[in-house]
Amino acid sequence: MIELTGIERTFWVGGEPVHALRTINLTIAGGEYLSVMGPSGSGKSTLLNILGLLDRPNRGCYRLDGVETTALDEEARALMRQQKIGFVFQVFHLIPRLSAAENIALPMMLAGIPASQRRRRVKELLARFSLSDRARHRPAELSGGQQQRVAIARAIAMQPSLILADEPTGNLDHASGREVIDVLETLNRQGPTLILVTHDQELGARARRRIEMRDGEILVDTGSDDNS
Amino acid sequence: MTIRDRFGFAFQALAAYPLRTGLTLLAMAMATAAVILLTALGDSARHYVVDRFAGLGTNLLVVLPGRNETRGGPPPLLGETPRDLTLDDALALLRSSAIESVAPVVVGSAPVQYGSRSRESNIIGTTASFFEIRRLQMAQGRYLPGGDPHRGRPVVVLGKTIKQELFREEPALGRWLRIADRRFRVIGILQSSGHALGEELDKIAVIPVTSAQVLFNTPGLFRILVQATRRDVIARAKQAIETIIQTRHGGENDITVLTQDAILLAFDRILRSLTLAVAGIAAISLIVAGILIMNVMLISVAQRTAEIGLLKALGASTAKVLQLFLAEALVLSILGAGCGLALALSTLAVLDRFWPAVKLQAAPWSLPAAVVIAMGTGLLFGLLPARRAARLDPVIALHPH
Ligand SMILES: Nc1ncnc2c1ncn2[C@@H]1O[C@H](COP(=O)(O)OP(=O)(O)OP(=O)(O)O)[C@@H](O)[C@H]1O
Ligand SMILES: [Mg+2]
Repeated sequence: MIELTGIERTFWVGGEPVHALRTINLTIAGGEYLSVMGPSGSGKSTLLNILGLLDRPNRGCYRLDGVETTALDEEARALMRQQKIGFVFQVFHLIPRLSAAENIALPMMLAGIPASQRRRRVKELLARFSLSDRARHRPAELSGGQQQRVAIARAIAMQPSLILADEPTGNLDHASGREVIDVLETLNRQGPTLILVTHDQELGARARRRIEMRDGEILVDTGSDDNS
Repeated sequence: MTIRDRFGFAFQALAAYPLRTGLTLLAMAMATAAVILLTALGDSARHYVVDRFAGLGTNLLVVLPGRNETRGGPPPLLGETPRDLTLDDALALLRSSAIESVAPVVVGSAPVQYGSRSRESNIIGTTASFFEIRRLQMAQGRYLPGGDPHRGRPVVVLGKTIKQELFREEPALGRWLRIADRRFRVIGILQSSGHALGEELDKIAVIPVTSAQVLFNTPGLFRILVQATRRDVIARAKQAIETIIQTRHGGENDITVLTQDAILLAFDRILRSLTLAVAGIAAISLIVAGILIMNVMLISVAQRTAEIGLLKALGASTAKVLQLFLAEALVLSILGAGCGLALALSTLAVLDRFWPAVKLQAAPWSLPAAVVIAMGTGLLFGLLPARRAARLDPVIALHPH
């Protein structure tokens, strides 16, 4: 459950304010599938960063699962990211020196989960994303689609309730992009909320709820399933 | 995140850049080895001196003419000219029950001549007790005769080297030789003493104290060696010496009594501080290695911005990122110090194998000290890059451009 009220985010560039987000009000129920679209610079990534607790708004409230997050300290926010949020990036952000399996295990390692348990979960995830024969491969030895699947496996390793994907298909060809979206949608059907930022109208249209942003504001919100 | 995971992660990160890591390790290893080796040098010098002194004899006190006010300091090399210490002063000391024996010592230099061969040699004039106190062993013959020390018999005991120089392979016992213009009969040859300022003694000729006083035309003694009866009466012996001599010298306390412990302690102190000073100089190379670690890690942080952003996105807090990078600095310094330790010890082993006489040994404390200092250096210089990493804004770090 996500509740944003009056969220503002302003960057100062050379003494000039850049209003990346202006007064965003948004409520997202658990398990929703939501796409965010809009022109470049409209504030999509900024919104996602705030939802992912990587960034703090200058003003407004953000309640995640009933917890008011803007007042939390860095340590508590890090813990919430670890337990509740999975990120999928346009450029994958896999660690090049680590194997696919080690990349997937990374969030569990940071969380202090015992090695034996990690191995079991990694094995399960590799199988689920048809990567079992790639476990020992480095990212450089994988195709773009495979890399993004590894990244998605990493994102859900800790079984988050919220998956944030910022243009996850931006660096993929059409077929691999489709595959990745399929994977994400399948995940969403099993419980977690999925928020997908995309430039691709066709992909965006697949979401049950669609948001259109412009100049840091929500221009169109098709609304959640209940009121649409 | 467990300690093992933390160090495993750090190790993998370092292994990803073998050249950079290798060079840093090398610098760290050299620095650690330098600290250990230079400390070994200083400490071995200290051991050398201490051992030499221990070989002088046990429960030893040395009485010198003249007052030396810097108590506990090294013995005065050149005293003023106070009242002489005489042979009777020395013999009077035997009245104290704390004193086992005394050996008056006169020292001088004179030509020693046998046949056509002549050597300028150091001459010691003393009594039979000297041999006991200094624990000298005879190779042949016997040492100076006992009896009244005032009788200056024309006999001489030769050190091994001077015997060799004068007599070559000829037997020397019973032969007469000349010291300055006087004739002396050889009654004994000293065994080469492996230690206790042994070199000196091998080249020396020992004659009765009174003979030496006549030879050098001096009524005074160079010093008196005193052996206390037991170790625990050394202080009492010292007291007795001062009282007896003071009475004999008209109430004036004009001698210096050095106990072996005091001499040892003084040398020990000097050489210890020397060792520390040398170790301190070597530690500068550790600082250089530390700066290298800092640079390597700053580069590493710059190259791994995206990774740091990712770690934060995956739930690593600022503190956790700081710890991860400090772990890297620690791994670098521990591995470097370990290599340095191995390097230093194998260098010492090689030295010992090929030049056993050098007797260079690492001071036991220097090993853990070097490792701890190396780790401290790594942590200290790792702090700046680690903090830079920890403070990175994940939003910017993860930005694709
Ligand atoms: N760290 C920052 N410092 C200064 N300005 C920023 C920063 N991040 C974002 N902005 C500005 O805020 C606005 C919104 O940026 P944002 O990245 O959210 O847009 P976006 O919708 O994700 O665009 P794109 O589709 O190109 O990814 C832009 O004008 C951008 O220049
Ligand atoms: Mg963006």
